[in-house]
Amino acid sequence: MSATQRLAGGTADYLDRRTGIGVAVKSIARKIFPDHWSFLLGEMALYSFVVLLISGVFLAMFFVPSMNQTTYTGSFATMHGVQMSEAFKSTLDLSFEVRGGLLMRQIHHWAALLFMASIVTHMFRVFFTGAFRKPREINWVVGSVLLTLGLLAGFSGYSLPDDVLSGNGLRIADGVARSIPVIGSYASYLLFGGQFPGDALIPRLFTVHVLLIPGLILALVGLHLLLVVLHKHTQYPGPGRSDRNVVGFPLFPVYVAKAGGFFFIVFAVTALLAATFTINPIWSFGPYDPSPVSAGAQPDWYMLFLEGGLRLVPGWTEFELGGFTWSFNILIPGVIIPGILFTALALYPFIESWATGDKREHHVLERPRNAPVRTGIGVALIVSFLVLALAGSNDVIATHFHLSINDITKFFRVFIILGPILAFWLTKRLCLGLQRKDRELVLHGHETGRILRFADGEYVEVHKPLSADERWLRVQHEPSRPLQIAPETNSRGVLRRGYRKDRIRQRVSQFFYQDRVEPVTPAELAAADAHGGHDALDAVTGNAEIEGAVSPAEHASQDQ
Amino acid sequence: MKALGAHRYHRFAPVALLLLALLAIGSGYAALTGGPAAAAAPTADDIAAGSQLFRANCATCHGPNASGSRNAPALIGVGAAAVDFQVGTGRMPMKASGPQALTKPVQFDQQQIDQLAAYVASLGAGPAVPTVEQVDPTLGNAANGMALFRTNCAMCHNAVGGGGALSQGKFAPALWTTTPTHIFEAMLTGPQSMPVFNNANLSAAEKRDVIAYLVAQREGSPGGTDLGSIGPVSEGLWVWVVGLGLLIGAAVWLGAKSS
Amino acid sequence: MNADDSSKDLVVGTDGEKYPARFADPGLPEHRDRLADRDPAAAKRAERQVAVLFGLSALGTIGFLLAYFLVPPGQSVSSIRLSNLLLGLSLSLGMLGVGLGAVHWAKTLMSDHERVEERHPQRSIDADRAGAIAALKAVAADSGVGVGRRGLLKGALIGAIGLLPLSIAVPLIGNVGGDWDTNKFRHTIWRAGRRLARDPSGTAIKATDVTIGSVFHVIPEGLEAEAHPLEEKAKAVVLLIRLDPRDLNEAPEKKSWSYYGIVAYSKICTHVGCPVALYEQQTHHLLCPCHQSTFDVSNGAKVVFGPARRPLPQLPIAVDAEGYLVAQSDFHEPIGPSYWERLK
Repeated sequence: MSATQRLAGGTADYLDRRTGIGVAVKSIARKIFPDHWSFLLGEMALYSFVVLLISGVFLAMFFVPSMNQTTYTGSFATMHGVQMSEAFKSTLDLSFEVRGGLLMRQIHHWAALLFMASIVTHMFRVFFTGAFRKPREINWVVGSVLLTLGLLAGFSGYSLPDDVLSGNGLRIADGVARSIPVIGSYASYLLFGGQFPGDALIPRLFTVHVLLIPGLILALVGLHLLLVVLHKHTQYPGPGRSDRNVVGFPLFPVYVAKAGGFFFIVFAVTALLAATFTINPIWSFGPYDPSPVSAGAQPDWYMLFLEGGLRLVPGWTEFELGGFTWSFNILIPGVIIPGILFTALALYPFIESWATGDKREHHVLERPRNAPVRTGIGVALIVSFLVLALAGSNDVIATHFHLSINDITKFFRVFIILGPILAFWLTKRLCLGLQRKDRELVLHGHETGRILRFADGEYVEVHKPLSADERWLRVQHEPSRPLQIAPETNSRGVLRRGYRKDRIRQRVSQFFYQDRVEPVTPAELAAADAHGGHDALDAVTGNAEIEGAVSPAEHASQDQ
Repeated sequence: MKALGAHRYHRFAPVALLLLALLAIGSGYAALTGGPAAAAAPTADDIAAGSQLFRANCATCHGPNASGSRNAPALIGVGAAAVDFQVGTGRMPMKASGPQALTKPVQFDQQQIDQLAAYVASLGAGPAVPTVEQVDPTLGNAANGMALFRTNCAMCHNAVGGGGALSQGKFAPALWTTTPTHIFEAMLTGPQSMPVFNNANLSAAEKRDVIAYLVAQREGSPGGTDLGSIGPVSEGLWVWVVGLGLLIGAAVWLGAKSS
Repeated sequence: MNADDSSKDLVVGTDGEKYPARFADPGLPEHRDRLADRDPAAAKRAERQVAVLFGLSALGTIGFLLAYFLVPPGQSVSSIRLSNLLLGLSLSLGMLGVGLGAVHWAKTLMSDHERVEERHPQRSIDADRAGAIAALKAVAADSGVGVGRRGLLKGALIGAIGLLPLSIAVPLIGNVGGDWDTNKFRHTIWRAGRRLARDPSGTAIKATDVTIGSVFHVIPEGLEAEAHPLEEKAKAVVLLIRLDPRDLNEAPEKKSWSYYGIVAYSKICTHVGCPVALYEQQTHHLLCPCHQSTFDVSNGAKVVFGPARRPLPQLPIAVDAEGYLVAQSDFHEPIGPSYWERLK
């Protein structure tokens, strides 16, 4: 035995005697994980979070979370002698006096943007492939909470330097809080410890950003990963893969190397962005004061859906009733719509399983085209977010494309309704079309481009039938079908209790699954082969008559 | 020969002394403070040439005596500074009348612009073209300039002078390439949608501080390339296109089978 | 559940033959060897590539340390930019080398034979379930209460535990809102006779300074001496604009609030509170850059576009004996965004 082996053996023995870790090693070391690049999106989020923690610890060593006023005496010329809060000053010192401080700050902020981007991409991958179905509904809910926590972490984080841009964002948050009926003014006082801006805000945001939210995120990420290990990871459909197995590579050494290496790649990309591109140049915005504001006042990208909504809802939706002010121009985009959307998103697995009546476990992912309505809903959601993000950037669009912000706003007021509806309809039709193309491919095979001429003058294109593996990908899915419910009246004509509820459920189910394309069955393939003899040509080299050849007209009439 | 002292008590001596003193103080003052006069005071020929240029290029809209018309305002009292700015940046002659005057290639050389300015200034007293010293960024305090810019200018022109949107398709332009003289004149005369920042609002020294700040922004950003100084919108776009793009590329490579 | 089961069912096709209802799983595809598996030279080459990548990482880290010690950020924009660039690029290289090396190793040299692991239903096996149920029953039996007495104890327990969080929540919420005096929203520090001053210098403004087409950003004179300057500034900032009096359409009761075409309006947007700072001289519109609410100064600052509902509150102004602009009183309504009890 070599020295390394002796050392490893000794360590393992030491640990096992004190913890009984052997059983865990046995089950986890060679755990199988399936391999697909889209499974790395969640890891991108996880590793961005680790980068955030590392860079965050660095920043927290130098940042002063205080709103006490002080004067800048550092090296940056345009801030000389300016009155500012300690928070702003410590951020400037961190950027210009601490070596590597600016790099760490930029790494932290780029990593935050990347964190949210990868969470959203990962969430949509899970959504479009149906990975949230039983038994993973709880994990989906945990993920939704992580998404919300990420938003809060980002918002509290970029508000910490107390600059004009983020400070105006906080003023807007104050305005939104105030608009809440009955408790609005008290909500404003609660957040700011009194009138805006007060001096409690930055210290409070600091505690939230550095302690409360990371603690919650770490705990929930732990739960999220534990559930993945318990459930085993889902896998894409393919030959040899079923709901009863996991096909892939073992955790040690392959995934440790690949996933571990990916962490360093994520860090490297973040560092590359931070080395070359400025982000959040607070020295250009200046310290927060309630009077100045800069053109191009937007929050970080993940908050743009709120910003766009606030720009779009017209003012006449606010009214006075009973002497009280009902600010629906703020409540709708700021509280009501996001509340509905986030709740619906979190509850989606339960909505879909209620509509399907499907109680089975699912471990093989669905191709998005095989769930047209779900895919359509997902695309509609993405389009609505995009429209809101564009609406929130309307002044940037106006200056760069020489348009009028008024026209852009009016256009998006219409398109925020029309766009998602159009996107849903288009996506659903596309998915159904792709399914029909799959059927076509299975029944008739690949077009080879080889043209064959028969003796009687008929031309046909030779089709190459699909291999068993290719075919399996296109026929393995079982489409969901609309629910069947017991009839309204029983055999004696008596109305059934609970019919109303069942009927609603059936209607929802029909909305989801009425339009569908069934996968090809062996019987259908055999029927297609039988009359399409020339489709199954494979070894034909010559120009002799082909047995079973049928003219195109006959062929068309026999096809489904 | 009479002593020099004898002439001291000549009855016109006090007058001569006073005139000498006035001359000395006046020229001393002019030399030290640099009055608002242009490099060379306009001559009558300049004004005549300017009048001809005006009639050929500007009178169609501004009226033969610059008294205005339906399409364009009167120019009596706008001063040489306004003309130097509008014509010197190519905004005038305007292609089509409207609230936003776009910069275009400058149609006249500086001498012609000075002549036009002299003519318009002769119609009525107005703000004059600033001296070289008044617009020298090295004499300005960039920190004070930033504080003033932040309160008075950033909401239209963006925090670093990158430009911003106004209503109905109008915009406040980016200031990256605007000359210090034109910046001064724009603040002083309030062209088109821009409000007037007269010397009682922002003194001449404060205007120079603003110029110093804007010129300092041309050095770029200490954090790297600034993605257009637009703010979080371009940062968000960048992270999706470049950041996520690179990472997804890496993920696809990672998951692909090795050859 | 999936194809394995239903492929055993048989259906009759159009030709009268029997076919399985669904296709059968063809099973795992054949393993395809990689170059490094077949060719030892290729494997050696891959090994060298991995080693080079790790070596690049080390170079990156050394470069980082060199940049850290030898290239200080300095005082100028370009020197700070250089330091940031060098540190960041070398850090990136250091990380990238390890990452690419590890992944390349896994892809080319580590075994890439796909393995299969069985899944079991998530549900515990019946024996474990029975054991759990038995354990829970034993818990109930050991808990010292019979079936009938659950109500009282359960209710009392829930009541006690339910009340406990109040002892933390009440002091937390009670104190976290400061003095909770939301009436402060209704008033600013503007009073009769208080001079209008330039923001941020604080110098008083004379009426003659304000020419037609000017906009002044205004704070009350002596703002720095207030107890909470930023909170007061957040309510008291004002825009001072002079229009040609012929362009000004004033409501009859507000005619005395302006001075020869000079008007003063609150700078805090009535939508959600951003400073409404953009003044368009020709259209007399005030544009808020946050959500594009547009106010028409020549018509009492009423809303002409955007998500705001109410016009900007107007500050009544006059001129004192020395010609300086002064407020006549505080605003006649609460400034800033709407809130529930605003009109009460």
